[in-house]
Amino acid sequence: MTLLGSYLTLAAVLFCLGLYGVLTKRNAIVVLLSLELMLNAVNLNLIAFSKYGMIPSLTGHVFTLFTISVAAAEAAVGVAILIVFYRRRVTVNVDEFDELRR
Amino acid sequence: MATVFAAYAWLVPALPLAAFALLTAFGRSLRTTGAWVAILASLGSLALALLIAGERLAGAEDYSQSFNWLAFGTATLSVGIDVTNLTSLMMVVVTVVGFLVNVYSYGYMRDDERMTVFYAYVSLFLASMLGLVLADNLLMLYIFWELVGVCSFLLIGFWYHKPEARDAAKKAFIVTRVGDLGLLIAVLLLFWYMPGHALDFTSIGNVFGNDGGAISAGITTLIALLIFLGAVGKSGQFPLHVWLPDAMEGPTPISALIHAATMVAAGVFLVARTFVIFEASPAAMATVAAIGAFTAIFAATIALAQNDIKRVLAYSTVSQLGYMMLGLGVGSVVAGMFHLFTHAFFKALLFLAAGSVIHAVHTQDIREMGGLGSRMKTTAWTFGIGALALAGIPPLAGFWSKDAILAAALERNPLLFVVGAVTAFLTALYMSRLFYMVFAGKPKDGSHAHAHESPAVMTAPLVVLAALSVIAGFVETPWYGWFGEWLTGEAAHHAGYLAMIVATAAGLLGLYLGWLIWQKGTIDRKALAARMPGLVRVLERKYYIDEFYDLVFVRSLRRLGYVLRAIDGLVVDGAVRLVAVTAQAVGRLNTRMQSGQLQGYLLAAVFSVVILVLAVAGRRLW
Repeated sequence: MTLLGSYLTLAAVLFCLGLYGVLTKRNAIVVLLSLELMLNAVNLNLIAFSKYGMIPSLTGHVFTLFTISVAAAEAAVGVAILIVFYRRRVTVNVDEFDELRR
Repeated sequence: MATVFAAYAWLVPALPLAAFALLTAFGRSLRTTGAWVAILASLGSLALALLIAGERLAGAEDYSQSFNWLAFGTATLSVGIDVTNLTSLMMVVVTVVGFLVNVYSYGYMRDDERMTVFYAYVSLFLASMLGLVLADNLLMLYIFWELVGVCSFLLIGFWYHKPEARDAAKKAFIVTRVGDLGLLIAVLLLFWYMPGHALDFTSIGNVFGNDGGAISAGITTLIALLIFLGAVGKSGQFPLHVWLPDAMEGPTPISALIHAATMVAAGVFLVARTFVIFEASPAAMATVAAIGAFTAIFAATIALAQNDIKRVLAYSTVSQLGYMMLGLGVGSVVAGMFHLFTHAFFKALLFLAAGSVIHAVHTQDIREMGGLGSRMKTTAWTFGIGALALAGIPPLAGFWSKDAILAAALERNPLLFVVGAVTAFLTALYMSRLFYMVFAGKPKDGSHAHAHESPAVMTAPLVVLAALSVIAGFVETPWYGWFGEWLTGEAAHHAGYLAMIVATAAGLLGLYLGWLIWQKGTIDRKALAARMPGLVRVLERKYYIDEFYDLVFVRSLRRLGYVLRAIDGLVVDGAVRLVAVTAQAVGRLNTRMQSGQLQGYLLAAVFSVVILVLAVAGRRLW
């Protein structure tokens, strides 16, 4: 059980680091990287529970695989959007991403 | 004789009402046609009123018809009409004067661009007054009573571009409101105390006719006094007389209508209509007589010192209304209504003649007039007849009715008789002053040289009214009178020749003195005025009643108004404004949060989730 605790703690630390990056970084690429960090923290949680949880099962593994593949697709789409945006605005500064307001 | 026409009595007020509706609907598109509509409607009313009166003279039964209007609990309110001798007499008076005023206005108001509006108001005025007269219960009477008040407001303020007219209209409305409140309370008291909550005049007559019985003496007196308060307001009795002279700001035909037939007669008529209540309360009767006598002499003295031709006549009306109240107060409905009947004719005549003069010289100040008699023969003649009738010179109408009142007063209370006789003297004095200053002597300056007689449409009503002023009195003379018996069922009794001789002597003395002062100049009026400057000043300022009211009521109320306005502005409006400001501030805050910065949104979301989790977890720990 203590092993589960340390995994969860690591996941929480990773998640918080990712969250901090998402909230504070100006560079959109860094924000995307931080987002991956948060996703991986979640994956870590899923794996930890599927291995050391109350009822160990394969569901966690399957979910994690799903998440990784979906995250890969998401990262691709995100980077594609960023490239298009960069072509139009010549910046990747998140502060200037305020189209929602207009 | 069967009642044939009385069944159609509802048409008498309905015709002018229809004219009002028509004129209001079509507005200014029919200019002269509109006037004709109103004139024809009033002519129809007049014809019907005369037919009904003729039928009643032949001895027809009283006719009344009513239907239920509202029923709640055990009480019902009804609307209906009541044709009795009293109401048919009033109908004749109102329609005669109303018709003649309508005809006269066709000449007088010809140049006014709002002539259709004027005729619409006059028609509504007539309709409400006729409705008031015909009403068979007090509540309905009260409704029409208020309508009359509204119409007088509209007509006095007809030339609303003049500030004086606006003020006079407001004054008339507010001052009469004091009286109306009294009448309203009286109606409510009656509704409360009457058996079966009946408000119709027949039931009131039955209850109070049998010595009250169901209603205690104190309440009876209270009700009578409150009704009288209503009459005081409408009929311009002291201390609520102040609106009547100011009502002169309206067009002159309206003054004639208000002073002779529609507005002020309502108060006297009300007292006559509810006379059983007064008869049941000696205290109320004494009050009516005292107020009436005081108003009569009080207003007559003011009339002596006024310089506006219409104001002199206005105070004269106040004084004559006091006379009528005096007659009612000493217990003679016949005398009071008789004077109302004759007064309606000669006062309408005097006002219309005054209007004719004003029309010719475009001023109302009698000091600027003079010598108009030779230029305006018809007006001068008819005005003279009206003045003599008002002064009570036999055998004109005013003499007989004034004599009836004085005789009744002599029987009851010699003091009231003396007051009445002195008033008769003063009346003759101020009327001779008016006549000589306007029509006799030489023109004051050349500006009135072009003054000429008014058109026939204006002089014809004068002639008709002059004829009526001469003959109207013969319906009730000490030797031959059917009027009193017809009106109340009991013969009017005269106290002999004393009252008659005194009244005639007072009138003639007044005229003689007036002739000496203002025509012959034997008595120098400037020296007379210089002898007692204080008295002249007080009379000119109308005993400072207006100033007194201004000081006591108007200013204090206005101050209260300022306080209330401040409370309204700060507290009530303040609360509203606070709500608005709060909403605005919240809105502005929310706008600022919509920065478009995704990271900001995300931060807010994270904080919210943290708070949510803490709240849920915290609640579990609880």
